[in-house]
Amino acid sequence: MTDFLGALPGAVSQGLIWGIMAIGVYITYKILDVADLTVDGSFCTGGATFVMLFGAGVNIWLAMLAALAVGALTGLATGLLHTLCGIPAILAGILTQLGLWSVNLAIMGMKANMAINLQDKVNLEKLLVSSRFLQEVAKGNEPLWRHPILVVGLFTLAVIAVLYWFFGTELGASLRATGANPHMARAQGINTNVNKVIGLMLSNALVALSGALLSQYQSFSDASMGKGAIVIGLAAVIIGQVLFSKLFRNFALKLLAVSIGAVVYYIVIQAVLSFSEINTNYLKLISAAIVAVFLTVPYWRERYFSKPVQTAKKEGSAHA
Amino acid sequence: MLDVKNIRKTFNPGTVNEKTALNGVSLTLGDGEFVTVIGGNGAGKSTLLNAVAGVWPVDSGSISIGGADVTKLPEHKRAKYIGRVFQDPMMGTAATMQIEENMALAARRGRARTLRPGITQDEREHYREMLKILDLGLEDRLTSKVGLLSGGQRQALTLLMAALRKPDLLLLDEHTAALDPKTAAKVLEATERIVQKDKLTTLMITHNMRDAIVHGNRLIMMYEGRIALDISGEDKKKLTVEDLLAKFGQATGSDEADDKLLLG
Repeated sequence: MTDFLGALPGAVSQGLIWGIMAIGVYITYKILDVADLTVDGSFCTGGATFVMLFGAGVNIWLAMLAALAVGALTGLATGLLHTLCGIPAILAGILTQLGLWSVNLAIMGMKANMAINLQDKVNLEKLLVSSRFLQEVAKGNEPLWRHPILVVGLFTLAVIAVLYWFFGTELGASLRATGANPHMARAQGINTNVNKVIGLMLSNALVALSGALLSQYQSFSDASMGKGAIVIGLAAVIIGQVLFSKLFRNFALKLLAVSIGAVVYYIVIQAVLSFSEINTNYLKLISAAIVAVFLTVPYWRERYFSKPVQTAKKEGSAHA
Repeated sequence: MLDVKNIRKTFNPGTVNEKTALNGVSLTLGDGEFVTVIGGNGAGKSTLLNAVAGVWPVDSGSISIGGADVTKLPEHKRAKYIGRVFQDPMMGTAATMQIEENMALAARRGRARTLRPGITQDEREHYREMLKILDLGLEDRLTSKVGLLSGGQRQALTLLMAALRKPDLLLLDEHTAALDPKTAAKVLEATERIVQKDKLTTLMITHNMRDAIVHGNRLIMMYEGRIALDISGEDKKKLTVEDLLAKFGQATGSDEADDKLLLG
């Protein structure tokens, strides 16, 4: 039990970091109604870009901004494959993801992973988030605001604030319409292809930002760090929906639910690891099982446990 | 206002499913003309409307609206000129968005979508007033999701949205066909009010011959991808269903009109 409690702050921090990626997945999966598998590649692209630039002495904020921009480019690639070349969205994402494997290795100088040198204390001090700060804050060596939960939490709130604003604008509303009903969108003069590309860019920019944060947190980037990211993203979206759909109606709160969903996912994983003697190699299998369970619950609840709806008096004729 | 010149469209060319849906259709609509379109299944009515709306490019011929040649423009660019209501009540609105959000999208038809707010307070007041025209009580439900509305309510809302920014051309594709008779009558009533209010140039497809005769100031009947009949002015006012069937028989040398058209 102490084992589990001790690991909890780390699990929450990681959950919050992956939560930003999951918010990116929410944009494509829920708002645009496109299943985008670019994510598994662009997550590492963000991490690798950040680690290389930061290692070369670039300002940390610029390095993060660059990761964000490169992430948007990966979304652009998928978007163009889908809209310009007419490749189904899922396949377009898979193609980009596959290609990114090589790109990511190239970014890291043809190495499978790249570390941030933390022996150099100046580097550590520059980082915004690091797993090391977990203990350092607990020991009192670092101020409380350095705690990863706090820093990533602020990032999450900033991301939610920007998205809340964006999806309320004319352009953002037209993106939502594109996902909700493309026929209607086109009839209202909305270029649905351009909007899909914008949505994919926005989504993958966030995914790459999340990747940059994770590689900071763990102080290295790894070619396979994004493997299964889409599953974690979907898990977070669905867990958030299952837990909070009755409670959270506002758009900003729905995004918050996604972030909380990612945290819950990581706590569950941590619990499984802490309370059983399970080999960590089974982690991916457990992930897949968790997602399958959370996808099944709403379906079965609807199908087998729904109470008969009381038939209200037919108001159709009165209201036309 | 609308000038269609000799358009042709063949679906699935070179296959067993080849179907010539439009076989040289020419049609000119004057400003403010309200034309009803009838014809049997597969006569090319919906194909004509879709060709004008730009759902896909035509094989040959040209289409211009208000003097602008739109033949090569994609659907979303033609939307600048055209308001549309579809046969399927689900097609014209975004179910997961609010009534006011749907209207705000329609109010920006044909304009660049910027980073300005998607809807303003002034607009809300305006929409509330507009919704009163429909007389369906929607003016008190601005923030309801459109998915919660009935088919008739959605169709009426789509109609209002199509006319929110005065379109050069209003296309109604059997927009009452999926509704029960009572609701259909109400939506038609609203159509008449909205078209008259702004003197909209309108093409309305209907399956119902009586509706085609009662509404509008010109009637065309399509048959095998062509316009078989075109009746306007005094002739249209005096028209009866029997006349129409007789004229159709003369024009096409066919008596299948009876079954095909009356079934609608």
